[in-house]
Amino acid sequence: MLELKGLTRRFGATTAVDGVELVVPDGQMVGIIGRSGAGKSTLLRMINRLETPSSGRILSGGRDVTALSGRGLREWRRDCAMVFQQFNLVQRLDVLTNVLIGRLAWQRGWRRLMVLLAARFTAEERAMALAALDRFGLAETALQRAETLSGGQQQRVAICRALLQKPRFLLADEPIASLDPRNAQLVMDALRDVNRRDGLTVLVNLHHLDTAREYCDRIVAMQAGRVVFDDAPGALTPERVRAIYGISEQEFAAEAEARRRAAAAPARLAVA
Amino acid sequence: MSGAIASGEAAYQAALRQRRRATLLGFALLALCLLASARVSEAYPATLLAGLPRIGEYFSRILPALRWDSLLAGTETEGSLAFWMYRLDSWAWLLLETANMAALATLMGAGAGLLLAFPAARNLGAGTLAYQLSRRLLEAMRTVPEIVFALILVWAFGVGPLAGILAIALHTAGACGKLFAEAIENTGLGAWAGVRSAGGSWAQACRFAVLPQVAPNLLSYALLRFEINLRSASVIGFVGAGGIGEELYKVISFNYYEEISAILLLIILAVCAIDLLSERLRHRVIGALA
Ligand SMILES: Nc1ncnc2c1ncn2[C@@H]1O[C@H](COP(=O)(O)OP(=O)(O)OP(=O)(O)O)[C@@H](O)[C@H]1O
Ligand SMILES: [Mg+2]
Repeated sequence: MLELKGLTRRFGATTAVDGVELVVPDGQMVGIIGRSGAGKSTLLRMINRLETPSSGRILSGGRDVTALSGRGLREWRRDCAMVFQQFNLVQRLDVLTNVLIGRLAWQRGWRRLMVLLAARFTAEERAMALAALDRFGLAETALQRAETLSGGQQQRVAICRALLQKPRFLLADEPIASLDPRNAQLVMDALRDVNRRDGLTVLVNLHHLDTAREYCDRIVAMQAGRVVFDDAPGALTPERVRAIYGISEQEFAAEAEARRRAAAAPARLAVA
Repeated sequence: MSGAIASGEAAYQAALRQRRRATLLGFALLALCLLASARVSEAYPATLLAGLPRIGEYFSRILPALRWDSLLAGTETEGSLAFWMYRLDSWAWLLLETANMAALATLMGAGAGLLLAFPAARNLGAGTLAYQLSRRLLEAMRTVPEIVFALILVWAFGVGPLAGILAIALHTAGACGKLFAEAIENTGLGAWAGVRSAGGSWAQACRFAVLPQVAPNLLSYALLRFEINLRSASVIGFVGAGGIGEELYKVISFNYYEEISAILLLIILAVCAIDLLSERLRHRVIGALA
């Protein structure tokens, strides 16, 4: 169980996340929606502790993880894997090594040194990585550089990396915002599979309300850093959307689509 | 409408005049500074004119007395190439030692520079103490000239190539470390966040998220540095720090004129050859890794 108590993050004068209270039971798939700047990314990054909370607490199974540091912090991060909008793979490394990065926090003693100096992982770990890649139809790409893969493939590699951490939570920050609809579906299916088959608790930031309704057990809507809706997908009717955001669902979708294009354009340039 | 155009044009002309004035003033200041510094350092045109012919004279002295008819004769015949280069075997050996010094120094220096570049890169957040320490250390190693390091090290370790290697390595670490840190600062932090979010330590993130991204750049810098170090290694022997420089210093101070030109020619040939080789290698490295 993941509990957020009065979680707040300020950047100077702006309060990105404002006193968020949330209890997520194990095994749930939660969709977090909100317009640009609502604080969705900051919230997930705080749970992984990439961002330090200004105030409030994060509890996992009753244990306070807000003030962890050093090895304790690294082990907490290992337990709540992250997936990013821009995939955040090491572009010049091969796919297999990218997936094996999920094993870094597990290394102990002289093995840790071997991995640091020579990037030598054990045969079991390589087998784990290959099995994960195979599960998402990527086994053939194992020795290719990450930069040679399409966006959808890269995002599934990122999910493999997350799985190798053997985490309890998976935090996905707009995992499909840079992808075309077909790849978006593949990635969302992968997340659902991870939730159902591996029993991971999944928190996923989304722009598309339809996607959130289709895939999630529960939807949390944010506006200006606050949670303004927290209920089953069925309760998020078009009327509720208008009441929360002051715009129609079509306008909300158009905004999301515009942002997807803006995010995808630089990626295409980088490939060309 | 036309009023707007006219006033816009006037503003443009005014801005142009202003810029021209600033440029002129800049040039005037520069000229003044040049004159003042020439005066202070006693670089007078008269001295320059008086000294120029003597450079020519020196060159005519060190030139070998080669004769066409006996050019390819043995070591015993005056005027032959073999007579000019009569100690080619030991000079070639010294040249090899010099190249070896440069290679070792580059390897050691670039390695040390790499280790210091990670804490010295602003974007990796190594902590203020580590950042300041590594920055200052790199600065110190970079600003002290190799020859000064060599003097100190010859005093400590005695005459020989070890002192030269260490001296060049120290300077290389400073110079490479700064360039490496800048290359690191220019890489995106996406992969860094990826590794850190997975529970990777700072060192692991350096190794897995940063090093692969900057490696081609760093390798190319290091090879460039090798070319520079070869030139340094050829003269660092002047203070007893090994290599062909020691021999060069000896023949210069004893005024063995023909041997000076022989050694200089060999050094130039070696440096050119290695420059060419290393440049091709560098381009291949960039092509293969980029
Ligand atoms: N590092 C930062 N420094 C300053 N302000 C920040 C920083 N990160 C986020 N913010 C601000 O915090 C607010 C919330 O940002 P956040 O990225 O969490 O929103 P989001 O819901 O993820 O939006 P988007 O859909 O655009 O990704 C925004 O106003 C943003 O400008
Ligand atoms: Mg965001």
